[in-house]
Amino acid sequence: MKTLIEGKVWVLGRDVDTDQIISGKYLTIIDPEELKKHVFEIALPEFARGARRGDVVVADENFGSGSSREHAPQALRAIGVGAIVADSFARIFYRNSINLGIPTIEARGVRAMFEAGDPIRIDMTQGTVTNARSGARLNFPPLPPHLLSLLEAGGLVEKVRSELQARRASAGGPP
Amino acid sequence: MSRPAGQTLAEKVLARSAGVERVVPGEIVEGKVDLAMMHEQGAQTVGPFHEMGADRVWDPDRVVIAIDHWVPASTEGAAVLHRILRKFAAETHLPHFYDVGNHGICHQILAENGWVVPGDLAVGTDSHTNMLGAMGAVATGIGPTEMAAVLALGRLWLKVPPTIRVRVTGTLGRGVTAKDIVLRALGEIKTTGATYKAIEFCGPTIERLTMPERFTLCNMTTEMGAKCGMVSPDATTFDFLRPIAKHPMHPLVPDPDAAYERTVEINVDGMAPMVACPYSPDNVRPLPEVAREHIKVDQVFLGSCTNARIEDIREAAALLKGHHVAPGVRFIVSPASTSIYHQCLTEGLIELFTDAGAVFTNSSCSACFGGNMGILAPDEVCASSSNRNFPGRMGPKEARIYLMSPAATVAAAIRGEIADPREFL
Ligand code: SF4
Repeated sequence: MKTLIEGKVWVLGRDVDTDQIISGKYLTIIDPEELKKHVFEIALPEFARGARRGDVVVADENFGSGSSREHAPQALRAIGVGAIVADSFARIFYRNSINLGIPTIEARGVRAMFEAGDPIRIDMTQGTVTNARSGARLNFPPLPPHLLSLLEAGGLVEKVRSELQARRASAGGPP
Repeated sequence: MSRPAGQTLAEKVLARSAGVERVVPGEIVEGKVDLAMMHEQGAQTVGPFHEMGADRVWDPDRVVIAIDHWVPASTEGAAVLHRILRKFAAETHLPHFYDVGNHGICHQILAENGWVVPGDLAVGTDSHTNMLGAMGAVATGIGPTEMAAVLALGRLWLKVPPTIRVRVTGTLGRGVTAKDIVLRALGEIKTTGATYKAIEFCGPTIERLTMPERFTLCNMTTEMGAKCGMVSPDATTFDFLRPIAKHPMHPLVPDPDAAYERTVEINVDGMAPMVACPYSPDNVRPLPEVAREHIKVDQVFLGSCTNARIEDIREAAALLKGHHVAPGVRFIVSPASTSIYHQCLTEGLIELFTDAGAVFTNSSCSACFGGNMGILAPDEVCASSSNRNFPGRMGPKEARIYLMSPAATVAAAIRGEIADPREFL
């Protein structure tokens, strides 16, 4: 995990639910490369084509509410977003997003600080979000160690894989 | 020395699952999972499960697969998801697969087969897993990657939520239901009011509710953003579960001096039926007020995990009897499980609905989520007994969905516009 994240901002409003991130009609798609073509089709149609790797999504309150579909953060990971920062998140989206290894940051007041296209700087160790155009800065509570370790491992898959490996090694399996 | 404050129901269940005496809100605990449920989204669990290097499921007797969104498969994509799940179940020796012919909405399958019991920590790859909290369990939705970790390890990290208590008093009038209680609560708590929190329903009115009614309540705590919604287990719970429970019960109840974040008081004496207007489940108004606006409906849906149990369908049938669906209205009725479908068949309800001009479908999520059937055109309006009315929920973002009780859907079907069900009693 990078401790300093910099990128260009896309802004979204409040209550952007998972239906607006990936519509119900795409739920049978498994391939993230295919999914990413439909991301924010309802909420921000120009995003899917215009977003570049490293861009940062900034949203208002209750981002990712609604269903448990992991398609939503998966599509955003496939786009290559550098981070998702919101005033607040719905809980399943937050878990899914962290589990996929996406830096997911709750920072109250962040939406009001940015306009579309602004450059953002996020310092994960200091717990700050800065608008590099206006100079405005906001502190956020640093992530609990458990979640940081998930991000550092690169996501839940990697974390469990090393846990299972360690378990087998200590059980005295083949080297 | 003063005794530490008591614990809420959610705290007690999480302490049990973590194998500790007590937990406090905000603490991260590692919980032992008692039941894991997957539906079609579980197909996305298979990849991460293998990438994790896992080769066996921690306890196949505690895993249930129930396909429900597209049953039978209505698209090639859905057929592939089903096939992935069948193959995975065969390879990892998962015996509890509710496949086509024995299917139903995943939460109803868990409920009617006694898969979740008091004291359990249950997780599912669907956000409305909250419904099973009616058993006195912590039941919550997780994503498919997280489910892969649960299948591999049988454990899950959880942040202990603070609890909001919803205390309900008073007596429901005729034609006013558990759905109206939960809509009223949503109107007060709002869609973000319980994010990361537990909801505990209590009070004399709740104690008198049947299990199906408690399922409806807990189901829509998801719309409040809650991690879980719960009712303390009592004689009603035990009577319901005794003949069907798959595992031993570990009933826990909250301490009398438990610390709640806040208490929402609701008195239902004289309360009218409620309706959630577009485009949010918390946009709740008294139904008679909305009925005065003569809002025409194109489609009516009686279905979903919120309200398609046999009791809901019987109640709807009793109101529909002697009436006909209004011209130009499509009334879709979809029972929540195959066993409910069968009950409807033996009780003559399918005939009653179809004679009245409704379409009675196979059990599935049906029109609830806009990805299978019963999809709306952009300028259409639907009256629905389901739980969400966000933009795009039943297809196009412009379509308007009004959420209400099963009785109120029948009133809308007969009138062709949103109407007070009490006029048909
Ligand atoms: S009925 Fe609707 S809310 Fe319930 S599980 Fe199916 S799609 Fe989700």
